[in-house]
Amino acid sequence: MALPPPDPQFVLRGTGAAVHILHFSCGGPEPDIPLLFSGSESGFIHVWNLRTHRVDTALDGHGRKSVYCVETMGGKDRLLSQGRDQRICLWDLAEGRTSVTDSVFTEHVGFCRCSLLKVAQGRWLMAMAARSLEEVQILELPSKTSVCTLKPEVGAKLGMPMCLKLWQLSCGSQPVLLAGYEDGSVVLWNVSMGKALSQLICHQEPVMSLDFDSEKAKGISGSSEKVLSIWSLNEQQNLQVYKTHELVNAGISDITIRPDKKILATAGWDHRIRIFGWKKLKPLAVLDYHTATVHCVSFSDHSNPRERLLAAGSKDQRISVWSIYAQT
Amino acid sequence: MAAVAERPGLILDPRLEPVLRDAVAALGRAGAGAEAEAGLAAALGAVRAALAAAGGPAALGERERALFGAFLRSLARAPGAARPEGVWQRCFLEGPPGLVFCVLLESLGSAGSGLDPREVVGVLEQFLQEGRLSALLWEVCQQQAQAGCPELQDVLINKIVCLPEHVSNKLQGKNPPVFFPQNYFPLLGDAILQVLEKISDSLRGGLDCSISFVSHVLGKVCIHGRQKEILGVLVPCLTDLTKSDCIWQRICWRLVECVPDRWMEAVVLGFVQRAPGADVLSRLLGNLVVKNKKAQFVVTQKMLLLQYGHTTEVLQNLLGYLSLDGLRRTLLLRVLQELLETWSSSSAVKHSTAEQQLYISKAILICLSHLKEPEIETHRQELLTSMMEGVKCRLDSSLPQQRRLGMVVAESISLKINTEGPVLKFEYEEDDETRELKFLLVQTPSFCNVPSLPDDDRSEKAGAALPLVPESNEKSHAAAPVMSNEESDTEFDSDDDLIPYDMSEDKELKIKAPVYIRDCIEVLTGSRTEDVDKWEATVKALESLVRKNPAATREVSVELAKILLHLEEKTCIEGFVELRQRAQVAVLTTDPIPVAKYLTSQFYSLNYSLRQRMDILDVLVLAAQELSCPKFLGKTKHSGAQKPCIQLLQGSDSSKGWRRVVDERIKNKTRRLDKGQCHVELASRPNEFNSVAGYFFFPLIQHFDRPLTTFDLLGEDHLVLGRLAHTLAILMYLAVNTVAVTAMGKALLEFVWALRFHTDSYVRQGLLSCISSLLLSVPTERILADMTEELLETQSWLGDVMEKDPDGDCRRLALQNLLLMENLKKKLEVVPS
Repeated sequence: MALPPPDPQFVLRGTGAAVHILHFSCGGPEPDIPLLFSGSESGFIHVWNLRTHRVDTALDGHGRKSVYCVETMGGKDRLLSQGRDQRICLWDLAEGRTSVTDSVFTEHVGFCRCSLLKVAQGRWLMAMAARSLEEVQILELPSKTSVCTLKPEVGAKLGMPMCLKLWQLSCGSQPVLLAGYEDGSVVLWNVSMGKALSQLICHQEPVMSLDFDSEKAKGISGSSEKVLSIWSLNEQQNLQVYKTHELVNAGISDITIRPDKKILATAGWDHRIRIFGWKKLKPLAVLDYHTATVHCVSFSDHSNPRERLLAAGSKDQRISVWSIYAQT
Repeated sequence: MAAVAERPGLILDPRLEPVLRDAVAALGRAGAGAEAEAGLAAALGAVRAALAAAGGPAALGERERALFGAFLRSLARAPGAARPEGVWQRCFLEGPPGLVFCVLLESLGSAGSGLDPREVVGVLEQFLQEGRLSALLWEVCQQQAQAGCPELQDVLINKIVCLPEHVSNKLQGKNPPVFFPQNYFPLLGDAILQVLEKISDSLRGGLDCSISFVSHVLGKVCIHGRQKEILGVLVPCLTDLTKSDCIWQRICWRLVECVPDRWMEAVVLGFVQRAPGADVLSRLLGNLVVKNKKAQFVVTQKMLLLQYGHTTEVLQNLLGYLSLDGLRRTLLLRVLQELLETWSSSSAVKHSTAEQQLYISKAILICLSHLKEPEIETHRQELLTSMMEGVKCRLDSSLPQQRRLGMVVAESISLKINTEGPVLKFEYEEDDETRELKFLLVQTPSFCNVPSLPDDDRSEKAGAALPLVPESNEKSHAAAPVMSNEESDTEFDSDDDLIPYDMSEDKELKIKAPVYIRDCIEVLTGSRTEDVDKWEATVKALESLVRKNPAATREVSVELAKILLHLEEKTCIEGFVELRQRAQVAVLTTDPIPVAKYLTSQFYSLNYSLRQRMDILDVLVLAAQELSCPKFLGKTKHSGAQKPCIQLLQGSDSSKGWRRVVDERIKNKTRRLDKGQCHVELASRPNEFNSVAGYFFFPLIQHFDRPLTTFDLLGEDHLVLGRLAHTLAILMYLAVNTVAVTAMGKALLEFVWALRFHTDSYVRQGLLSCISSLLLSVPTERILADMTEELLETQSWLGDVMEKDPDGDCRRLALQNLLLMENLKKKLEVVPS
């Protein structure tokens, strides 16, 4: 008889609003306190101390409009956040400061999270949905210079971009963008040439989330349907369907592959978190704790694998933190 | 006339005249003995020989014809025995066909002549079979070229056309098959064709020829209602002949043009109905409608605006014909204008039948399909105005078919006139009728080959529009080998080191519905938008909850009714309207008096939409039905109540469902009365509706004539008035055997009387249903004692409706009511004895 699924390690309460994004920052050396950033519907970014399980600071930079993307830039002192006020803010949190150093006005009205890629020390590329409906814009940070704009061919009818993943095979190689669109297709873009390399129709409904494993050249995407789609990228830079996985309930709002590429977690509209083995997509666990849609899942970046955590944020205003498959 | 003067027949043939005189004399002596008979045979032989020598009957002159006529008449009078068998028939068959035909028919008509009717018919049969009929027609045509006597011709036409009747009358129906109309008229058609061929030959030979006799014959046949037989022969042949031959076309045009006005309609109608296409019709009729006033009236007015029984093909023929020529196109535009005028007139909408409106709509759409861009350009404003008016008065109608018709036609007009701008688009359910109507608009005239658009071309275009799709499909095909590659390295690339947890609890998500009615109220009134799932579950669970907890429901019944009445569809739940309605019915049946009071008061209060008011009516009816229907020991309580609910709901858009219920019952009742006393006792149980019927009925009927600022039943909200009338009818029916029924009946009669001339047919249908249920529900003796006068008035109104109402359903209902009254009378006659 299989073991019953574990309970959450602990639960963080007190955001006062639905949680839309979580981001760990636990990789620092010993004296650093492991932190969890959470972005909520009320527009606050809470910085959780994972030792005390309390909020250290609450950052208010998006005019009380929902925050749906938070990323650290290099360390826990520089933060990027994106909100429904159509702004992307860059924060300076060093030495207890909580100030917005810079911001980008995206003019995008959708929910598409931006994607960040470190290309060199102190230099990042950021992909974000642009003002005109189908376009994706690539900016260089911190200079904010526009690298290129990725426009689908005229008449392609892809709809809005829904999720983005910027990556590169190895440091110094050409950055590539994977974008999931409203019509259910995933498109591979060559960023430096500004040209679509391949398109794959993965879903009938808008792609809600995707993640990509550049080592295995394999990605996974979820939509509002009952299906997870796994696809691969061959040497000719063509996307191919690898397999699909049927779910019990429809709707996936977030997918994350653990940094060690062993397992992945999905956030479901059915209030449940699902864990799969990444290699064969073997279902491993269904974590049923939340009482409303789970909006986001995130794995921690602990340097010690045994401390690794999984966090999930939900519409029920709670953040559940789990320790699962940390031993392997 | 020069051609005529050359004819040799005018010169008296010296040989024929004495021979004829001899023959007449011989006939006079007939019967005198064997010698006379031999003389007669010789004389007849001589006549035939002389006739042949003179060059056949066509060669006969005026005088010789007269002589020959006398000869034939005396031959016909001669006693049978005297006539040499075989020879005398030949005399008739070889003689001038017109003369022969007249003599034969005369002798058929006159009693006691020498020839037996059967003999005459035998000769006539041979006459027909040997093609003498075409000879006859041709003869008259030739005479006509030299101005024949019109009266004589009229007689001849009559005789030709009425031959089947003559023969049949004489032989009392034992006539040979060739005289059956279905055989005779095709034969006549063939004869006409032969004559036309001769005419065409003579025209080609440069000779003048008159066709008017043939036209007259054709007209007469058509007016006799034999279009099918004769045109069935003529039209296909003429279609072929006129294909490429302009002389034949001219002949054909003349043929129709020469038909006298009094017969024109029948001929034109026959052609329009039988032509295989508009182009053929145009070839056959030419510009008849421009030249002939009568034909113009028939085509542009009578067939389009006054009649409506013709098929769509006929309409297409007709309008296609008008569109195919520049001269006729002006007529097409005029026709379209007149059609649109009728279509957009609100009184026409109210007073014409549904079939006629459909017919006119079809005609409009066909006209539109023929319009060209510049014509639309010049008439755009008119089209737009008529469209707006027409669609307005149609959308006002309470009959769904009318509304849909308005929407389809308006969409089509707007599609035609707005080539660039936005196009009108309505929401309605497509059915065969709307599809047919729309198809009329897109189809092009038959001679343009419609399906010629190459399929390859289209698929190429599609391919160009979606360049990425096929590519990716190919890739997905190629995915299989990739997978097998992955498969091979499973050994060291598997998830086996990860042990899954128990996932048996991972089931499909179900929202827990509230268990208490007060919780339901909380959920339904709550403004928290995030509880959509819970809200859905509540809506779904409410009905069973109410039925399970009557006591708890009674505590909050009015509040719950209020919430349900105002409940809007927050999310897209399947069957939301039905769920809400069932919950409402459950509440109303659980606590009838206060809830009925509340609902009926709300029906007449401010600030409700028409939909909500109609919901109230529906709920009242369904609840009344449930309360009044006998339930069997409580166990089938729910299913028994639900079944009619669903039926009613499906029909709730039209009056059909309502009517069906009433009609069925009327039928049952009527039969029972006819049979006598075989009354089947249903499981008996007190009628729960008895004590509350008044609460349902009277508040509804009280205020219909007091308009509110937002709700005017007697004005433009006649749809609700119609529903109200139907509702009252059903409540009345369900109130059978209750105490209040007589009072209800009286009130209902007054209601009906006040509204009996309502212009909306749906309202009238409702009123008629009211009368039906009144007659069925109120006890006979009470009807007679308390409402005799009103009933007599109603009866005369029903008689009127039955005869004059434009709506077919109204007429039918009125008839049913009159039958019910008749039954009532019969019953009354039975009772005293």
